[in-house]
Amino acid sequence: MSIPILRLTNVSKQFTLHHQNGLTLSVLNDVNLEVAAGECVVLDGASGMGKSTLLKLIYSNYRVSAGSIQYTEKGCKPLELTTANPRALIDVRRHHIGYVSQFLRVIPRISTLDLVAEPLLSEAGHNEQAIQQAREIASVWLTRLRIPERLWGLAPATFSGGEQQRVNIARSMIKPRSLLLLDEPTASLDALNTQTVVTLIQEAIAAGAAAVGIFHDQAIGKQLATRRIDMNNFRSIPCAAQ
Amino acid sequence: MVVARSAPILRATKLTKRYGQRTALIDASFELWSGEVLAIVGESGSGKSTLLNVLAARDRPDAGTVEFQLKDGTIEDVFQMTEAQRRLLARTDWGFVHQNSADGLRMDVSAGANVGERLMALGDRHYGQLRATACDWLARVEIDPSRVDDLPKHFSGGMRQRLQIARNLVTRPRLVFMDEPTSGLDVSVQAKLLDLLRQLTQQMDLASVIVTHDLAVARLLAHRMIVMQRGCIVETGLTDQVLDDPQHPYTQLLVSSVLQP
Amino acid sequence: MSDTEQRVTAIPALKHSNESQDVSQHFNFAYLDERTKRMIRRAILKAVAVPGYQVPFGSREMPLPYGWGTGGIQVTASVIGPNDILKVIDQGSDDTVNAVNIRRFFQRTTNVEITTHTQAATLIQTRHRIPEMPLRQDQVIIYQVPVPEPMQRLEPRERETRSLHGLAEYGLMHVKLYEDVSRYGHIATTYDYPVLVNHRYVMAPSPIPKFDNPKMHMNPALQLFGAGREKRIYAVPPYTAVESLGFEDYPFEVQQWEAPCEICGSRSSFLDEVITDDSGGRIFVCSDSDYCQSRQSSAEQNLPAQPSDQRNGK
Repeated sequence: MSIPILRLTNVSKQFTLHHQNGLTLSVLNDVNLEVAAGECVVLDGASGMGKSTLLKLIYSNYRVSAGSIQYTEKGCKPLELTTANPRALIDVRRHHIGYVSQFLRVIPRISTLDLVAEPLLSEAGHNEQAIQQAREIASVWLTRLRIPERLWGLAPATFSGGEQQRVNIARSMIKPRSLLLLDEPTASLDALNTQTVVTLIQEAIAAGAAAVGIFHDQAIGKQLATRRIDMNNFRSIPCAAQ
Repeated sequence: MVVARSAPILRATKLTKRYGQRTALIDASFELWSGEVLAIVGESGSGKSTLLNVLAARDRPDAGTVEFQLKDGTIEDVFQMTEAQRRLLARTDWGFVHQNSADGLRMDVSAGANVGERLMALGDRHYGQLRATACDWLARVEIDPSRVDDLPKHFSGGMRQRLQIARNLVTRPRLVFMDEPTSGLDVSVQAKLLDLLRQLTQQMDLASVIVTHDLAVARLLAHRMIVMQRGCIVETGLTDQVLDDPQHPYTQLLVSSVLQP
Repeated sequence: MSDTEQRVTAIPALKHSNESQDVSQHFNFAYLDERTKRMIRRAILKAVAVPGYQVPFGSREMPLPYGWGTGGIQVTASVIGPNDILKVIDQGSDDTVNAVNIRRFFQRTTNVEITTHTQAATLIQTRHRIPEMPLRQDQVIIYQVPVPEPMQRLEPRERETRSLHGLAEYGLMHVKLYEDVSRYGHIATTYDYPVLVNHRYVMAPSPIPKFDNPKMHMNPALQLFGAGREKRIYAVPPYTAVESLGFEDYPFEVQQWEAPCEICGSRSSFLDEVITDDSGGRIFVCSDSDYCQSRQSSAEQNLPAQPSDQRNGK
């Protein structure tokens, strides 16, 4: 339980904006962090401090400027995410690391049910039973997140922000993963649904996952965190335009 | 943890192509693995279509190699094969979806014959079965099977593109090349086509190289992306990585230029 | 002697009795010069070596225009020798304008014996039919071909069709047959029906009716094909497999007629329809005039009381 599944070592991130005279924004500098299974690490700090950036670096959505991010799945060799080939990264994302963002990326013409079931459907192949099961699990999630059944057959493009977000959460969490990255997942939800999501996250952690999260609501952060990190510790010294 | 596949299905190494004094493609290299979708993006003149044509053996490069992994696992240099072998590959294990569907279809023969042609070329001689297979594929690409005897001349642009896809996929190729498959189509028609491509790619575990200037198409369909400028590959990586954290100045320019509706 | 009677010269009387002498003074035997004949024979050898493959050749200007059998004539002229016996038919008949003119051409330039009797001939030049009487190993049949490329309508680019032949990519040919079945419920081609020669090349057999296709298979005679306008020669050597294309569930079928030949009673030959009056009356007669006559005369010999012939030939 105490083997870190995620280890960041001297991670730095700068953005170079070539079309604004090569302006360099240094967002993170020398970040070190270890996360073990069963932990929920909550990042604290004002906006602009690089919280979201850190999550995206872990997910390999952003590239590090320096440093190493090591992911170790139970019973496997550690994988260096910063230098891994794309296939390995796609594989890791599919099976081990999940990212719950604030925004639902809508794929046209896919029903809500299939959108939520997609992570399981893609593994079901042509197996009728597995497909059936995947959809059943998806309906359980949707019910729990209080999406009315009459909406399940529709594409979520026309749903309200809160509804879309709940669909997003269901899709991101339906497949159990070892590491969850949570980027303000409850931002557009009402109190009732927020609590449901918190419970879902707690269940995932209790099942052995690790989580790193950003929550705009301090109270939620307090509810979930096993550890809290002040982004000031990672905050870099601002650089002038070059 | 990571599924070990022994070799990439397609490997391009330092491909270079010149047209007279102009160098259209310089030292292009990459690997593509089974089941991966790779988007090649760039503006006109970037060399993306040249690269696609060289990969699909429609054009011979001036330098560099293209290696393809056959069904039995052996790796072959595409340009060391005989013409006959290349043409056989093009009809069976490869697909090529043209930008203009008229280039990829026989406009004067029925939809059914278009879909069945590859099978007939491979020796299928049962009319009833050929027709049934054609109807099956038409349904899969969401063309009403009752139109199996109609000519593509009488189809809309979106239907022609979907017919082209059916024609290519009927022999279950492992690698499909697509040249701007959605260009010129209405937005709603594009959405339908993209969804179809997405589903079929997943269902058939296709490896695919898609040339597009539309970043939204790349984001929707591709796992990985290559950005080209003036014949060179300037950036490569996971699609969301290249689009969300572009490193190269040209990529940053491309990404920032996209209009958001 | 009936033999002499059978070797009928059907040409009209010559204007000048010295005309054949004049001709032989100004033209080489069989009109073409020897070097041209050699070139054509080389092409023929190539064609025989690769059955069904179209060999390009230097087609010469002949004293009749393209479309009138110049290819067949050039092939005949290259293989004919002084001891040959020549038969020329057009749609099965020895008497049509075409057949008459071509036969006269060879008579004037070679002075060989000519015949209308299939079994007496050593060389048979034909337009659009194969004689009903089975051919023998010592015979050569030469077909006149308008369009040598079987895929021409589907793929007009010759560069492309050459590749298709070279790579044995014949899907396109079956596409055409598929289209026929989907449109008409059956394969609609009734003449110039494509065949696969020696299990390798798809060939256009010239516009013979598909009824004649089976005759090409394992024929003891040498079959030569000449296309003058398109400048191609091809061949089917003796005893070569020639299969007509088709589908498993829509196989190749020959034509059938309801009635027998009106004149000789044959039920196994290709029949032409002849309109007899203005109210739609019609009869069916053998297209192969020699065959019909032979059957008739052998029937007459068996039944000497029959009235003499009423030939409604073309």
